[in-house]
Amino acid sequence: MTAHIPAGDNTLLADAVSMRKIAWLERTLGPENYRIVQGLSKTPASIAGFILIALFVLVAVFAPLIAPPATNDPYKIPRDGFKAQPQPMGSEWRVRPPPLPFWWKPIMKTDQWVHIFGTAQGQYDVFYGIIWGTRTAFKTGLVVVIATFLIGVVIGSISAYYGGLVDNIIMRIVDIFLTLPFILAALILAAVITPRFGRSLMPAILALITFGWMTYARVIRGDILSTKERDYVMAARVIGVKDSRILFRHILPNAIFPTLVLASLAIGDVVLSFAALSFLGIGTDIGYADWGQVLSFARNWIISLDEYWYIIVWPGLTLVLFVMGWNLVGDALRDVLDPRMRGKT
Amino acid sequence: MTTYIIRRLLLVPVLLVGVTVLIFGMLQFLSPVERSALYVRDIPKNDKAIDGIIKKYGLDKPVYVQYWRWLVGTTDQLTGERVGGILFGDFGYSRVGSQPVADLIRARFPNTLDLTIWAVAPVILVGIWLGVQAAVHHNGFIDQAARVFSIVGTSFPTFVFGLLMLLLFYAIVQWFPPGRLSQWANAVVTSDSFRSYTNLLTFDALLNGRIDIFWDALKHMILPILTLSYLSWATFLRVTRSSMLEVLRQEYVTTARAKGLPERDVIFKHAQPNAMISVVTLAGFTVVGLMGGVVITETVFDFPGIGKAAAEAAAALDVVTVLGFALFNGVILIVANLVVDVIYAVIDPRVRLS
Repeated sequence: MTAHIPAGDNTLLADAVSMRKIAWLERTLGPENYRIVQGLSKTPASIAGFILIALFVLVAVFAPLIAPPATNDPYKIPRDGFKAQPQPMGSEWRVRPPPLPFWWKPIMKTDQWVHIFGTAQGQYDVFYGIIWGTRTAFKTGLVVVIATFLIGVVIGSISAYYGGLVDNIIMRIVDIFLTLPFILAALILAAVITPRFGRSLMPAILALITFGWMTYARVIRGDILSTKERDYVMAARVIGVKDSRILFRHILPNAIFPTLVLASLAIGDVVLSFAALSFLGIGTDIGYADWGQVLSFARNWIISLDEYWYIIVWPGLTLVLFVMGWNLVGDALRDVLDPRMRGKT
Repeated sequence: MTTYIIRRLLLVPVLLVGVTVLIFGMLQFLSPVERSALYVRDIPKNDKAIDGIIKKYGLDKPVYVQYWRWLVGTTDQLTGERVGGILFGDFGYSRVGSQPVADLIRARFPNTLDLTIWAVAPVILVGIWLGVQAAVHHNGFIDQAARVFSIVGTSFPTFVFGLLMLLLFYAIVQWFPPGRLSQWANAVVTSDSFRSYTNLLTFDALLNGRIDIFWDALKHMILPILTLSYLSWATFLRVTRSSMLEVLRQEYVTTARAKGLPERDVIFKHAQPNAMISVVTLAGFTVVGLMGGVVITETVFDFPGIGKAAAEAAAALDVVTVLGFALFNGVILIVANLVVDVIYAVIDPRVRLS
């Protein structure tokens, strides 16, 4: 849409009404959402966060090149024998080493593939677990976030749109789901459904979804309630637009953005909770490449951690950096979304 | 305020029923055979006996009948005794603990409570202090440092932080061991001469006049306390800071400054009390959360509280036990949240006077 500027010399007029050029992005998103995007892309902290996240995306995408899988199932961490004691960093790979990654020889000038970060209990390669665990992290994070977001938006919209008794009942259900501490509730549900699904990613994912949608329902409900009062919604009502069309065309697009951003940044938290569950022994099979699992190997070696420090430091650091990437962006977002900051940049 | 409190009280039964329905719903994922652990200690092996038990306790009945039985239990026709019934505190039998779930909770809960009591003060006081400092020096060095600290703090998963603490303070310098007590102390505590008054080890040790035992118990709790505190400090810092900043912008603070009060009085007498209102709620929830959410901390530090018991039962897929813990936790949390909300209503003049 082009602005309609009267013909003739408009410099004075342009000065008076400040006809600044509105970029494509701002036009599509609208001023409020555009401000959120601006805030996120200009804060140093959130830029650092985005860089961290991007690095992890790269690792996940190129996992087969960084650490080539040994078997058909790349998510099974290859083992170098079955001895219990962890092997130190840089020790040689003796039993059936997986293919050498392309970058190893040019840098190290040797054909010998080693355990870069050592091996955990049972000779699981820590480096491999970290690299492929990145894929597991994104996979679980995305699935859980998308599912909780959709459930939250549907439930929150219904609640806000109908109001009254429906709203009241739905919000009480939300309260009930929030009563149990999140990690305990997820732990229980995952344990309950594990026999049904077998040991896999499924129980933990389903548990995190079941107890994770409530925040989004609350946030979107609040935003819809305030959007509902806007003049353009009233205008749509006055000219007789159908209820469903008002909700989907006028209210939701204008109310959904904060929830969307909130959800996309929750990936860090979801991955953290998932790792916590698998640290506690719920979820995937032993030897599956996920960070919590790799860390849980350390539980039997607490006394000798001074010797085997690498079995907690490297996977721990990976998890911390991953979560920190999302938190840095999330922290900037909190400032942008803070109503007291509105109108400032 | 009365209406607010009454409305809040009316919510309690709703939540209680809701949580029991939620937990009972999860129980329905189990087969009737597995669910019989709610009523009998040993699940028999042969089919006939199993059928008999399913019949006897109505595990094949419609869901609402089962729910009711789960709540109030059933009367044994032979002995006339009541079997099961969560309302009477009978949560069934624990396969992992090989004892009734209620006994397991009774044995483990004092440890968790002991840990919580000692963790509360450092968690809340230090967190608030950090937040106030950050707000007072808004955008200064302390504020920036606090901000970095809070981002790093929230990014550390409990178990990673806990494991690192164990690496530093146990594996390397051997100051603070995991577990509950040293072997010698355990021998003393289980002996007849040691009387238990409260079941809380640290307090019992003091009441028995055994400073050495008290110190030993505390030594085992320092790392868990540190882990619990570190993670809550980040949240406390943030909430205190933002609510303090908001208060400092109010006009009455400017008034206080304008009439020449020393900055100390402005901050600690005029601003802080009002900023604390929203922090009190958080403090309440943190205490509650400490009690319920210590699952991971207790597991990492091998601390025998209810959190670790729940985690062990979950890992062994002993669902009846885990759900017993959930129920116990849920009830505590509902009551505690109620208390927090009421306190909030009482101290916040905006709610109190409305």
